[in-house]
Amino acid sequence: MVAFLAMGLKHDPHEIPSPLINKPAPDFSLQTLEGAGSFSPQNMLGKVWMLNVWATWCVSCREEHPVMVAFSKQIGVPIVGLSYKEIQPQDDPKKKLTSSDMLTLARARGAQWLDRHGNPYALSVMDLDGRVGIDYGVYGVPETYIIDKQGIIRYKQIGPVTPQILSDTMIPIIRKLESS
Amino acid sequence: MDICYLMPFLSRMRKIFFPLPGAAWVLLALWFGNPTHCFASQAQPMASDQRVEQRLVQIAEELRCLVCQNESLASSRADLAEDLRTQVREQIAAGKSDEEIKDYLVARYGDFVLYKPQLKPVTWLLWFGPFAVLIIALVGLILSMKARNAKIQAQGGVQTIAQSTEFSNNERLLAENAFVHNHHQPISTQQTDHIEGRQ
Repeated sequence: MVAFLAMGLKHDPHEIPSPLINKPAPDFSLQTLEGAGSFSPQNMLGKVWMLNVWATWCVSCREEHPVMVAFSKQIGVPIVGLSYKEIQPQDDPKKKLTSSDMLTLARARGAQWLDRHGNPYALSVMDLDGRVGIDYGVYGVPETYIIDKQGIIRYKQIGPVTPQILSDTMIPIIRKLESS
Repeated sequence: MDICYLMPFLSRMRKIFFPLPGAAWVLLALWFGNPTHCFASQAQPMASDQRVEQRLVQIAEELRCLVCQNESLASSRADLAEDLRTQVREQIAAGKSDEEIKDYLVARYGDFVLYKPQLKPVTWLLWFGPFAVLIIALVGLILSMKARNAKIQAQGGVQTIAQSTEFSNNERLLAENAFVHNHHQPISTQQTDHIEGRQ
């Protein structure tokens, strides 16, 4: 009983273990922020890569962003940004925007934000309705996935990536996956 | 004669001429024919929508909102909960079973989304743990009672606990009396008489 209670004290209920670890990364095909066609995770087969969920309205992303920018310069692992529900319900209360209006607005906002804060991403994809997010089990922004050469998810970071998490956990995992 | 276009007018009239006896309105309704068909065409899709909503609530009551963790998916106002409700609604419309819909969410968010965890090896401890603890406690209790009985029997035959205490109390009194008699005799005749009288 005491052991269970002690375990409960150490456990953070906001970190829900993802059932997607060691499962294939869900497939999708989304428009890119850069506007050069669409992107699918299958394009990345044969490479170790990261998927980082972000949004300009996300406060913790601002904390995480410099870490990702520095990381992208330091290590040659491609990071794909998933721009998650950039247009929030309050941005369009009367639901007047068409999906192409939304895409244009979201691209403009995202590009402006990346100009200001730096762009760590090889490319970003636009998940306007959050459906791909749901497929990846996203329940908050930011979240980061490490995906191996076979397209299997090997790690999920819930919440901002910090320099410590990066050096202690994520970089060792990436190195191991790259050498295998 | 189709009177549906008259319905708003009639209902306003009814408000104005409320004092008109109810029977008069019944007669008017009969005169115009039964106007329920005016609503029938709109009521049909509403009913099927409601069925979807009812099933949505039923399913979502058993699912946890991941953002505000102590709320169900049915009651949460978080954006993600709204998105997930939309997904569940679509799947109900597509004819998926409750189990299929739950499996869809578990595949993405894990067992955590279920308020009632599934029965599988990982959750055995969760489901059967309390009963195991109860059985262990009961076995422990029975064993300790048996050990205690054996101890009592070894001390003085078949006696209840109450009898054995009474017995030892009596013995103690006798011993004390004997002590008084042997070493402090006589303190007072009254006391000795009293003790002897009692015996």
